[in-house]
Amino acid sequence: MVRFKIRRYDGKKSYWQSFEVPARRGMTVLEALYYIKENYDSSLAFRASCRMGICGSCAMKINDKPRLACETQVLTLGNTVKVEPLDNFKVIKDLITEFDGFFEKHKAVKPYLIRKDDNYAEPKELLQSPEELNEYYVFTLCIKCGACYSVCPAAATLDECLGPAAMTAAYRFCADSRDEGQKERYEIASSSNGVWRCHLAMECSEVCPKNVEPAKAVQLLRRKTAFSILKSLLRW
Amino acid sequence: MQHDIVIVGAGIAGMRAAIAAAEKSKRLSIALIAKTYPIRCHSVCAEGGTAAVLREGDSFDLHAWDTVKGSDFLADQDAVEFFVRECPVEIIRLENWGCPWSRNEDGTIAQRPFGGHSFNRATYAKDRTGFHEVHTLYERMLMYDNIEIFPEYFITNLAIENGAVQGVSAIHLKTGYMEFFQAKAVIFATGGAGRLYGFTTYSHQVTGDGLAIAYRNGIPLKDMEFFQFHPTGLIPSGILMTEGCRGEGGYLLNKNGERFMKRYAPEKMEVAPRDVVSRAMWTEIIEGRGFEGEYGPYIALDLRHLGEEKIEERLPLIRDAAIKFAGVDPVEEPIPVKPVAHYTMGGIDTNVRCETAVKGFFAAGECACVSIHGANRLGSNSTAECLVFGRVAGEVAAEYALNAKQGKISAEFRQKEEKRIFDDLLGKSGDESPYQIKRELNETMDSNMWIFREEKGLKEAVKKIQELKERYRNVEINDKSRGFNTDLTSAIEIGYMLDLAEVVAIGALKRQESRGAHYRLDYPKRDDENWLKHTIAYYTPEGPKFDYKPVTITKWEPVERKY
Repeated sequence: MVRFKIRRYDGKKSYWQSFEVPARRGMTVLEALYYIKENYDSSLAFRASCRMGICGSCAMKINDKPRLACETQVLTLGNTVKVEPLDNFKVIKDLITEFDGFFEKHKAVKPYLIRKDDNYAEPKELLQSPEELNEYYVFTLCIKCGACYSVCPAAATLDECLGPAAMTAAYRFCADSRDEGQKERYEIASSSNGVWRCHLAMECSEVCPKNVEPAKAVQLLRRKTAFSILKSLLRW
Repeated sequence: MQHDIVIVGAGIAGMRAAIAAAEKSKRLSIALIAKTYPIRCHSVCAEGGTAAVLREGDSFDLHAWDTVKGSDFLADQDAVEFFVRECPVEIIRLENWGCPWSRNEDGTIAQRPFGGHSFNRATYAKDRTGFHEVHTLYERMLMYDNIEIFPEYFITNLAIENGAVQGVSAIHLKTGYMEFFQAKAVIFATGGAGRLYGFTTYSHQVTGDGLAIAYRNGIPLKDMEFFQFHPTGLIPSGILMTEGCRGEGGYLLNKNGERFMKRYAPEKMEVAPRDVVSRAMWTEIIEGRGFEGEYGPYIALDLRHLGEEKIEERLPLIRDAAIKFAGVDPVEEPIPVKPVAHYTMGGIDTNVRCETAVKGFFAAGECACVSIHGANRLGSNSTAECLVFGRVAGEVAAEYALNAKQGKISAEFRQKEEKRIFDDLLGKSGDESPYQIKRELNETMDSNMWIFREEKGLKEAVKKIQELKERYRNVEINDKSRGFNTDLTSAIEIGYMLDLAEVVAIGALKRQESRGAHYRLDYPKRDDENWLKHTIAYYTPEGPKFDYKPVTITKWEPVERKY
């Protein structure tokens, strides 16, 4: 039996509740949450979908660290498992937090390929070498789970801060050989809520379940942004 | 709320439909509503590839023939011929929108072999094809000001009046209140019904909501007895191990170390279509040649000979998942797998323009049955279908909406729907747990409606499902609150699943032949004389009523299917 201590919130008050779960080898924290919901307390609310670490629904704080519940094995966590909603997000109910703002920040960095010759009706295959693909590929792996944002010290003190995931998306497109939207994105990234807010704490890379290294993306974006500002100053 | 087009479901098909409609006219207001955020949809789980004829040596006729033969001749051939011609442009569009397709050395888009295809035409982005397609579509969608996204709205019903669609009702999960979306056109892109089964590759959210809502509103479902079992589900979770594993050269081995597929499909071996491979694996298991494991018998998926470099380059997600969920590194050890419920071939009966029996109501993607997959879908044709028919649905719905009257949901409908959900379901007391009902449903599906079926088991299943439906009338939802009440939404989902399970079971019982994924031990032969026809199921309060309609054959007369 493993003891689950869950931080709950019903819209008014916040409290801890404990459950005993019969854990066997292979059981994940997500399966334990379903076990609790289906056998002990069906009001327990959490998000989940793919249960294979690719949809990004189930990031939560497990034993003080943000992780995906679906890929965290219960038996690696000891006799007591503490489960809480992510930090830096407003809690809606139990483990469910407000993500609208997070997705708005992602949208704000123009996370799509920008090309002058965009032709919906008659698209043409663009070439990209495997090396060019590798330049940005790792940054496409972000599942927008929010783990990075939940540990970001800049996001903790400033609600408007873009945060690591959005800035990673900005860099991902800037580094794509097919893209022509760098200038627009550098402007967004160098705004008061962008790359210069980063405290270089690097915790975002530490907790990323997909090893995307958002801290590295932010660093690279800083360099490019600085260079672009310098260039425009000199020209001026 | 008032929109021109409401799209329900934000996976590949739904988002592709939204973009197509937005491209058609900037004047159209488009609402995309889904019970998750768009990038949390099940399409992200697609791994191996998307079929398209891109290179010399391949042809539309060849892709069409592979698909028709794969379908065991139940696919409508006019639909298949249309489909294969539309796939390539969709691949290039995604490319132009930023999809990180894997590349050949010369910078062109790469393709890999896939089951049942006689050309290497599965276009892939490593083994995360669906994930990258979803993110590319989502991000592209953000460019259109006339698409409004409504994430975490749980759909409860479709409003139809005077033979035309008027809109949908949905619970806004955050507040718990019901919202009514009035529209000229409604597109369902709500996915399959895979969570009917216990051992399944499907995401938790795939509960057949759209299928059941359409069915309850009198729109017929087609060919629901055809459920695909993917050969390689990871043990114990059921997580998909892509067909790309075998496409890249992986072996299936029984406990004697034998590549047993040589006895079932000597030519195609491990890359025969899924129905053939799954039956072979199950036969090996039944006849005692499976490995014995902690979770029962299994088959070994051996990738070791591919080497670490190729596995890392082509199958990184597979390696990561096998390590995290089964404690097995495929570079060092074979992966324990067995067949797993994977795809709903059947769906809402549509024509090739995604139109249904109701004016203004369209369906696309897995929830629809056009039918291009017939009795067995080929790997890499599903994401392709979502792209092609998502686009068609978006365009046709846009044309329709530009000339249609605004939909209007009556006060009577609103009151009735709120009463049905909040008073009759949430408000009532009872002594049944919906989760217990779901467990029993899953067990029944896994034992009686699995790869091999027979009359006795199917009859038991029908009886059991009807008993569960009866017990469901007596469920109690313990959580009486409003905001994010997932106890309520789970209970509604289970209700949807029961209706669909009944259609699957009775359809399977009636179909006295073996075709594609539907295999009857008591009728082991395909019977073209009596059963070369689509099953059509209509809702009645007493249970489904069945009818049949002919298969469209253009070029290819049914022949014996050998691989």
